[in-house]
Amino acid sequence: MLLASLSSSSDLFSHLWQTVLPDYITNTLILGVLVVCLTLIFGTFSAAFIVHTNIVGKRFLRWLLLLPMAMPGYLVAYLYTDVFDYAGPVQRALRYWFNWQSPNDYWFFDIRTLPGAAVILAFVLFPYVYMLARTAFEQQDQNLLRAGRLLGLSSKQSFLKVALPLARPAIAVAASLVLMETLADFATVNYFAVNTLTTAIYDTWLGYGDLAAANALASILMLLIFFVVVAEQRARAGQGHQSNRPNKNIEVIKLSFIQQCFIGAFCWILVFAGFLAPFILLIIMAFEYSDLNQLIALLPPSINSIEVSFYAATIATFLALLFGLYRRLSQDKWRMLPLSLAGFGYAIPGTVLAMVLLATFGPLDHMLNEVADYLRLDSPGLLLSGTIFAVVFAFVVRFAAIANGTISSGIEQIPRSVDLAPASLGAGLGKMLIKIHIPILKPSILVAWLLVFVESMKELPAVLLLRPFNFETLSIQIYQLISDEMLEQGALGAILIVLLGLLPIVWLNKERK
Amino acid sequence: MPQITKIRKKILLTFTSLCLISSSLVQANEEVNVYSYRQAFLVKPLFDKFTENTGIKVNVIFAKTGMAERLEREGKHSPADVLLTTDISRLIELQDRNLLQANDAEVLLDVIPSQYRAKDNTWFALTTRVRNIYSAKRLGTLDINYEDLADSKYKGRICTRSGKHAYNIALVSSMIAEHGSAETLVWLEKFKANLARKPQGNDRGQVQAIHQNLCDISLGNSYYFGRMLSDEKQKVWAEAVNINFPNQSNRGAHVNISGMGMAKFSPNTGNAKQLMAFLISKEAQQLYAETNVEYPVRADVMPSELVASWGKFKADDLPLETIAKYRKEALKLIDQAKFDL
Repeated sequence: MLLASLSSSSDLFSHLWQTVLPDYITNTLILGVLVVCLTLIFGTFSAAFIVHTNIVGKRFLRWLLLLPMAMPGYLVAYLYTDVFDYAGPVQRALRYWFNWQSPNDYWFFDIRTLPGAAVILAFVLFPYVYMLARTAFEQQDQNLLRAGRLLGLSSKQSFLKVALPLARPAIAVAASLVLMETLADFATVNYFAVNTLTTAIYDTWLGYGDLAAANALASILMLLIFFVVVAEQRARAGQGHQSNRPNKNIEVIKLSFIQQCFIGAFCWILVFAGFLAPFILLIIMAFEYSDLNQLIALLPPSINSIEVSFYAATIATFLALLFGLYRRLSQDKWRMLPLSLAGFGYAIPGTVLAMVLLATFGPLDHMLNEVADYLRLDSPGLLLSGTIFAVVFAFVVRFAAIANGTISSGIEQIPRSVDLAPASLGAGLGKMLIKIHIPILKPSILVAWLLVFVESMKELPAVLLLRPFNFETLSIQIYQLISDEMLEQGALGAILIVLLGLLPIVWLNKERK
Repeated sequence: MPQITKIRKKILLTFTSLCLISSSLVQANEEVNVYSYRQAFLVKPLFDKFTENTGIKVNVIFAKTGMAERLEREGKHSPADVLLTTDISRLIELQDRNLLQANDAEVLLDVIPSQYRAKDNTWFALTTRVRNIYSAKRLGTLDINYEDLADSKYKGRICTRSGKHAYNIALVSSMIAEHGSAETLVWLEKFKANLARKPQGNDRGQVQAIHQNLCDISLGNSYYFGRMLSDEKQKVWAEAVNINFPNQSNRGAHVNISGMGMAKFSPNTGNAKQLMAFLISKEAQQLYAETNVEYPVRADVMPSELVASWGKFKADDLPLETIAKYRKEALKLIDQAKFDL
């Protein structure tokens, strides 16, 4: 299929190859590597500090570090580029204080560059790594760490040599999620004026009107991700996983004052840059520009957003659980297939996915209408592609990878012996799953649901294209205003999207205590 | 499995409710469905007025990308009646893909000048907008041509949004029509060399950059000037620039249109025709002129006082079809010049 589409549009392809494609590919690779490295540093270290040290304010930081997740990437990108731009308030203030006249008078980092985009993306995406790594660290068998210490490892060494390798499956899942999110992203990177492979997909499809070439490029993108994911799985194949005896007595490293300061600053900078700063900006805007009428007008889109996100999260989590358990318990040689396939939805840019769904549901709808005609029933119209069914379906496909990753890594942490125990006691499969596996998996299920819900609330390109008439969501409203440089008017809606995204985080935090 | 059955029930419930919702959509009367490339809040005042006059409810979906694809996939079951776009190339794309049907209503043919509608009556312009060159106030009013953007005296002093934005592609198309591909490529390369920064942001952002002295010259559509002047925050940006109509001593300023067409499989053709007739009526054209600060396509409706104060100008009379024809070529040249990189 790839080859066919390549040859059918070889003219356009060779044109792209000779002009912009090499730059796009280089940008894509650099962006991917930078974002993954930064999120790993941010996420893993903050998780380790929270779990293994006595850092001040641990109780708050523990969940504060999750908050950037509620921030839509395009919103944060818009705010940061606006603030740090040459014409933004920061540089304006500097010019005013120091009486600089033009850009030649001083040096200031250019936010609209590849590194700028990578840092900002990392600030919003690191909570994935943080959350999964923290869960892994907390659920680790502490006896292994103690054994390491008894064998003469320092606390640093025992973290690096024991805890970190044990948490690797979870961290790897998070890293691949971050990678996919980065590569599929268009809107965010667009604000930074960075052109990536996704730009090329959009250009070929919407600019040149060449769907085949766009498909080919999308396939290249997915191949890229496929290699990374497979390579990672290979690298950790054959590694046994620890038995899961949740140990409440996690040994905590006592930090000196200086260490406290540094580590505290590290965690607070993450919270501030990823959440507090943009949130405060939004609140200031809302105070200046909003009134009560705007708030009332926001009610219907909020309900719509919550509705589709709720369905999507519930279905995606349920499917992930089903496939995950099937893979674990079945002897079937194709048992890996559903999960591996489902994983790639996340790497497809939302607009491309929307097109694929329209192409799939369109003909189905036509068939349904013909059947109805034949049976002399009222024509049902576009039952699949013209209703929120399409939107929910798109969300499930796009975010299935998140639910799958989270639940699979949860399942992997259940020792194999658990599968066998009930059977030896004569309990049936269904009973075993409900009494044992699902309760053990409850934290993972909650995390998966939460992640899909929050992501669906923020999703923009797919819902924009697939929604039925008069179906506005919060993200669409914000986008309309942003695209006319009028975010101030939409600040209230943006705050609402963030707050709604926060609800499940807060609730989850309570639940787990 | 109580949990699972619960979920299953939920899914079933959802599905049935979906069926109900969608069938009620199909059965309801006296409505008209619009697919719009323009932001909903820009067209809402017009639709409200229409509903007030006729009692016909207007349902809208707004999206900038993929509208034509959605329409094509929906085929004969598409609920769309009227399509609104912001760029001539989009209209011609819809026409080329055979997604429009003719509307021969005399009200349309009478008041819309022939260069602003399709020969087969499938699409019609509603407003025109100029691709202006904004310049810093201290430069005074400029007698400037688009060709001058390649002049090295503006080195490091020009700002623009992405070269691949529809408005810029249309401008490049008009350059190709005037000068041919080879010369246009050279122009693009020199233009790029003059940029103060990588193409970014939107037309308003460029004016902001002039206000902050990052550049002197930018490209921008006419109506942004008016809309910025009526925005609390952006007013100071707009006050820092002059709006210039390029190429006044030769072919005239590049003009694009926003327009409409009737969907090929429109289920409510009667209502669609009423809406289209309304959008071209004096009342609606005046609203376009006043609230959207665009040039009404009707000759007998005056632009707003503000727009009129910018003076009369000469518009390039290049046929709109030609602009659409060179679209792909323009995009290729923009890639070749690595304009955005």
